[in-house]
Amino acid sequence: MTSTTVSAPPSAGAPAPQGGPTATPRDPKRRKRILMAIGGALVAFVFVAPYLVMVLDSLRTSSDVKSTPPSFLPKVWQWDTYAQILGDERFLNWLKTSLIIATGSTVIVILVAIPAAFMTARHRFPGRGLFLLVVLVTQMFAPTSLVVGLYRQFFELNMINTYGALILTNAAFNLAFAIWILHGFFSSIPLEVEEAAALDGASRWQILRRVMLPLTLPGLVTATIFTFIAAWNEYVVALTLMIDDDKKPLTVGMRAYITGYEQHWDQLFAASVIAVVPVVILFAIIEKHLVGGLTAGSVK
Amino acid sequence: MSDSTTVTPDPAPAAGSGDHPSRMPSRTRRRRRAGRIGQVHPLVALLWLAPALALILGVVLYPAIKLFDASRGEYSITGLRKGDAGWDNYVNVLQHPDLGTVLRNTVVWVVAVVAITIVLSLALAQFLVKSFPGRRFVRWAVIIPWAASLVITSQLFVLLYDYNYGIINHVLLSLHVIGTPIDFLGDDSWTMFSMVVVGVFVSLPFTIFVFIAGLGAIPDDVMEAATVDGASPWQRYWNITLPLMRPALMIATVLNVIYVFNSFPIIYTLNDRNPGYAHDTTITFMYKLAFKSQEHDVGMSAAAGIFNVLLILVVVGIYLKIINWREETSR
Repeated sequence: MTSTTVSAPPSAGAPAPQGGPTATPRDPKRRKRILMAIGGALVAFVFVAPYLVMVLDSLRTSSDVKSTPPSFLPKVWQWDTYAQILGDERFLNWLKTSLIIATGSTVIVILVAIPAAFMTARHRFPGRGLFLLVVLVTQMFAPTSLVVGLYRQFFELNMINTYGALILTNAAFNLAFAIWILHGFFSSIPLEVEEAAALDGASRWQILRRVMLPLTLPGLVTATIFTFIAAWNEYVVALTLMIDDDKKPLTVGMRAYITGYEQHWDQLFAASVIAVVPVVILFAIIEKHLVGGLTAGSVK
Repeated sequence: MSDSTTVTPDPAPAAGSGDHPSRMPSRTRRRRRAGRIGQVHPLVALLWLAPALALILGVVLYPAIKLFDASRGEYSITGLRKGDAGWDNYVNVLQHPDLGTVLRNTVVWVVAVVAITIVLSLALAQFLVKSFPGRRFVRWAVIIPWAASLVITSQLFVLLYDYNYGIINHVLLSLHVIGTPIDFLGDDSWTMFSMVVVGVFVSLPFTIFVFIAGLGAIPDDVMEAATVDGASPWQRYWNITLPLMRPALMIATVLNVIYVFNSFPIIYTLNDRNPGYAHDTTITFMYKLAFKSQEHDVGMSAAAGIFNVLLILVVVGIYLKIINWREETSR
């Protein structure tokens, strides 16, 4: 479907397969691997292509973005758009908001999820199942469905246009995921580790801090990055609660580049690149954990 | 997708599990100790859970109550409460002239996106578990639509789809697939299709990774035994892989239904220029009632929101049943 955009050489996302035509046709295994590498490059291209257009469009002049017929490569490579928006106060405000909100929510989520996950994973008490059920149900609710309620709540609390409102919302709706993933990591640590520390007279808090947390570092990294990305990309609540232009996060603010009065496509796409690239890199870092962390347990 | 954050209950053998095999205790000792060390007083537990509970009650449950509250009120155009409306807002939603269209759009949107996503993801996951040069890079490429903000991706597609300047029309025209450009977002017969393409595109990464995990959980010896018995690749896939993938398929389906149902930016952005509710789903319909319609009717929007919440709760109920909630937590 999206493969309709495939027309440039399919080498964008993946490295070119080694020694394609020189491979001996008699070696079917080798041939198969080469064919698969080419298929892989095609798949990668389909997923990368739209974002490649984004990068190329950020390097065009704004009028070139909307030219007929469109060209694949910029007519003029205009590199200073990035310098332009990085010097634009509006853009810096949006970037600041995005950073404050994503960092704030992530810190809260991690601080709140650690004790909850540790308690439910390593201890038994009445109400444990109920708590986990509540967590699971909140995970099912995107803030989207509650946006009118959130708006009423923060309207009454006089928190429209505040970082706090967005930080709290992002923290609350990403908490469930962090609890689940940390719960999984805590559960996987052998009891002896904890027992040994307990015999040495460590308190529950010391056990958590000195023994458990260092062992769950991969889980912490995954939960941190996931929360950060989710908060960074959040849109609906920010669109609703942040009315002042200088308080908007990037996702909402950059819409101002395209209005009825001004159309700065180059700036819109440069801003998009700046918003997307760091997140893709963060995601690639935890790629290995995605497979294990996301679904283990459900897939027996 | 803030919606992209997902995990299924009890991901017990997560990545850290393999790290300390040498410290596994003898079974008897572990069982004896486990009973003692694990029990805590509920009040102590509550202390540790309090911050999480406060956040959930304050910013998930309370807005839900506020939503219900708002659905029973009458609001001025500026959002001030004028009085009680009883169930009027609910009646107004149910009698809204566009409700039929919106519901039909929602069903088409959810079913089409989820079904196409699942089928394509099964094939792509099957491919991505094989080893070939550059697989790592392909997996990274597949992640991109998941990591990128949905609004940005949607905005990008608005331009890709453009009637005059869009690269998709340009390519189709130069390949002589079409004679005249297609108005992907303006032509009523194309709009839903164009939105579904974007919906599938952004849902693929998560689903592919769920299936990669599912395929990884299938024991090699089962496959080998089937191969030795002379089963064809298709037979192996149909009789072994798919049945063993059942849990992953269920999870992927239900979670995708929830995400796609809740999906806002794609429909909102791709539909930006179209007036009315012709291509809206229940989620964007609800939003527009309060924030974009002539009436700015907070009460009616809240009532629509309650309907959305109820719909999700039904899906959650099915989800819990599928994953066998009680069994999972008592382990």
